[in-house]
Amino acid sequence: MRRLRYWIADNFVMMSAILVLLYLFLPVAYTFVFSFNNHGKSNIAWVPEGSPTLKHWLNPCGPPGLCQSLVNSLQIGALATLVATVLGSMIAFALVRHNFFGRGATNTLVFLPMATPEIVLGASLLTIFVQGYYRVGLELGFWTILIAHIMFCISFVVVNVKARLLSMDPKLEEAASDLYADPRTTFWKVTFPLALPGITAAALLSFSLSFDDFIITNFVSGDASTFPKFVYVSYLRGIPAEANVVGFSMFVIAVLLTVAGQLIQNRAAKGV
Amino acid sequence: MTALASATQHATGSHPAADQPDEARAVGARKITPYLLLIPGLAWLVLFFIVPMVQLAVVSLESKFPGYPGYYYLDLAVWNYRDALSEFWPHIIRSFVFAGVATILAFIIGYPLAYAMAFKAGKWRNVMMILVIAPFFTSFILRTIAWRQILADEGPVASTLNALHLLPGGHITETWVAVVAGLTYNFLPFMTLPIYSSLERIDPKIIEAGGDLYANGFTTFHKVTLPMSMPGVLAGTLMTFIPASGDYVNAELLGSDISTKMVGNAIESQFFRVPGGYPTAAALSFTLMAIILVMLFAYTRKFGTENLL
Amino acid sequence: MAGFFSSSSMGELRTAKGDLHLDRVTKRFGDFVAVDDLSLTVPRGSFFALLGPSGCGKTTNLRMIAGLEQPTSGRVMIGDVDLTGSRPYQRPVNTVFQSYALFPHLTVRENVAFGPKRRGESGAMAKADEALALVQMSHLAGRKPPQMSGGQQQRVAVARALVNRPEVLLLDEPLGALDLKLRREMQVELKRIQTSVGLTFIHVTHDQEEAMTMADTVAVMNHGRIEQQGAPAELYDLPRTRFVARFLGQANLFDAPIVGTDGDYLIVENAGQRFGVKKSRSTVTSGTVSYGVRPEKLRLDETEPTDLRPNECLVGPGRVTDVSFTGVSTQYIVEVPGFPPASVFEQNLDVDPIVTHVGDEVWLRWNASHAFAVAPEEQK
Repeated sequence: MRRLRYWIADNFVMMSAILVLLYLFLPVAYTFVFSFNNHGKSNIAWVPEGSPTLKHWLNPCGPPGLCQSLVNSLQIGALATLVATVLGSMIAFALVRHNFFGRGATNTLVFLPMATPEIVLGASLLTIFVQGYYRVGLELGFWTILIAHIMFCISFVVVNVKARLLSMDPKLEEAASDLYADPRTTFWKVTFPLALPGITAAALLSFSLSFDDFIITNFVSGDASTFPKFVYVSYLRGIPAEANVVGFSMFVIAVLLTVAGQLIQNRAAKGV
Repeated sequence: MTALASATQHATGSHPAADQPDEARAVGARKITPYLLLIPGLAWLVLFFIVPMVQLAVVSLESKFPGYPGYYYLDLAVWNYRDALSEFWPHIIRSFVFAGVATILAFIIGYPLAYAMAFKAGKWRNVMMILVIAPFFTSFILRTIAWRQILADEGPVASTLNALHLLPGGHITETWVAVVAGLTYNFLPFMTLPIYSSLERIDPKIIEAGGDLYANGFTTFHKVTLPMSMPGVLAGTLMTFIPASGDYVNAELLGSDISTKMVGNAIESQFFRVPGGYPTAAALSFTLMAIILVMLFAYTRKFGTENLL
Repeated sequence: MAGFFSSSSMGELRTAKGDLHLDRVTKRFGDFVAVDDLSLTVPRGSFFALLGPSGCGKTTNLRMIAGLEQPTSGRVMIGDVDLTGSRPYQRPVNTVFQSYALFPHLTVRENVAFGPKRRGESGAMAKADEALALVQMSHLAGRKPPQMSGGQQQRVAVARALVNRPEVLLLDEPLGALDLKLRREMQVELKRIQTSVGLTFIHVTHDQEEAMTMADTVAVMNHGRIEQQGAPAELYDLPRTRFVARFLGQANLFDAPIVGTDGDYLIVENAGQRFGVKKSRSTVTSGTVSYGVRPEKLRLDETEPTDLRPNECLVGPGRVTDVSFTGVSTQYIVEVPGFPPASVFEQNLDVDPIVTHVGDEVWLRWNASHAFAVAPEEQK
């Protein structure tokens, strides 16, 4: 009896963590299960007749607009990640590796978008997009979504890359300089390779935030659609189970890719 | 978000020389390097964050042209704020109460997960980290709808509770409970990851030393681990509370029409569904922003800005 | 940019040869003066130690030689070439960092080949292998630094600096993180390498024993200045300041006024007793001095000695307040009225070494020619 009590005490934290993970995955599992539902108009209740069915998996692009919205999401995610990672990393390098006037203001400017609720970001962007920016030929759609996503991703990139740079030993750069590397070589041979894991993590985070964003996108997208927006809009008339197929597949792909990346990184870390 | 916490702990402890501008560096091309690095990113933030916020402020003080729907003129209509507040104050209060409860719940649920990842997971650390982020890719709208199904009257939770007569009112969906549950669920990763990244930096030996000195798991946690993870807790609560307070999707998908709407719902409907609602929506947005900034200011006064920037 | 502060061209900098000179170098950080008007010459090919407590400016000094800091004023030169203002990568100087600063993303071999590659030398990898052989690390060439022990990392750091055959090799407390036994081994090793390659080594340390065992010349630094420099034995035998006397080994010091002279000797008086010190061993000739004797130069007597030689000094009786056995010797603390507690080392030559115990009454004597005198601590 006492043994059991100690075992529970020792493993309590891990058990609750596993319960929390199950809780995180419960809706994902629901999404998966309902992708086999032979539903009528709305995919809310399980229809025993004809279920489970593979028909949604065989034709995920069936519902009009679904795959276009997914393509939009992937394109916007990739482009936003690329631009935000470059711009944000540059800011992070400037903040950590240089002294300059206006450092405090820069920190505040980077922090504020993260402290602003998405609905305020979306609303404010909408006011400029509908008023001023029509004049320069910018209409609500793909490009305004991209602009907005880059904006909110930059801050997350800066914070992540900055943390990585701050945890790096400045002596390493001094050592490179001591070993005949000029500033440019020091950057490309030492600073950048060491910062790369932080930059990669920032890029992954940007992509997931952009891919999953709905609130800001909804404000600035006009007639264009992204995957989350497609789901939200079709909710009123019933979400097709094909959306579950796509959502669950994206989840699986994301897990597989990150696990694969992790394995490659582990192998690289072990040396030859 | 991972790094929001981690950025903090290294801010101090630089070499004394690092504070000194190096003479050779202060000359010529080197001095403009930081500005070259900053300009593109900061320009983006100014153009698509600062300018829109200013524009939003302007809109919040405009009035609509009578007879010309969709047209507004600036007349410093501060009464927009009074009107918006008198109509939507219950939404604002609900927003902050729901977000506050969701933040506390997310902390209670997220801390053990972060703790297990940092200290118990061993080589499974990174796998657990991936598992925490991965649900993002299912789309949070889909997951929220899944919760609607799970919590629906005919779903497993409500029907069990009803069978046991433990559910006064008979519903979970369409109530504030469902909205808070949705908020808690959706922002849990934003709570967990910053806490994890500050716990991960703690040397396990320090916790062992705590166990050695206090000889009691709970006291060690209370006196050593929790204080050392505070930067992560602060970042996590902000990263949960701020987006939760501005959210409208959970209230829309899980709540009812009247008694569970949050300020986000009001802003969204004023923008998209109420003709001439732009000034009211802008005024509400600014009120939300102002309250958050005041709270943030109080928070940073109490805990220090270095925990945030 | 490169030569903005330096009158020398890039080529001259890289190939500079000769003694290292610091010429009236000062470094300020805000109000804090880290290095204060310091001049120094290190002869080519010597093993030079900069010794001092933390914060004395020795590391700042090293960083200025490396080019990682620029002096506020003064010049750094190798031979006739002025290095002042040039960047670290332009100087024929390499550093072994305290924390080693090995690149964690590169293998050991790539770490060592880093310098030769940057200088565009052919056969960088072969040179790296050669340097690794010199520090006996060839078998770990393919590893990455985080997977190695402190001692192994330290050897790689030495190889990475040595492979460049710098005119001056700087060692920034490179043994500080190692345990005692490994440290002793590495001290011998470093000395061997220095002798075999014949480069100028400048070693910064706060460990006086390390400085004395390894260096040809030791400079003791305090508050940004060099208090004294010389061969280790010379410094130990004849410290010229109170700080050096106390920092380098132990010293029994008491302040006493000079009351006269006797031939080659100055006579001082304390607690009614008179002691001699050679004029050549005192930095002060009038007023008050700090009179000092090293602990191993003192002898204990359990009865009042009657066989005093002409230049022997005697104090006592005093009482033993502490006895600690250290193996080869035993340390006694003796309190004599009117004097600060004195430390005495007696070599353990007998089988039963300790015959004197706490509380015993003892007399202390020493040869006056072993004593030294320095200026007393300034009254502040």
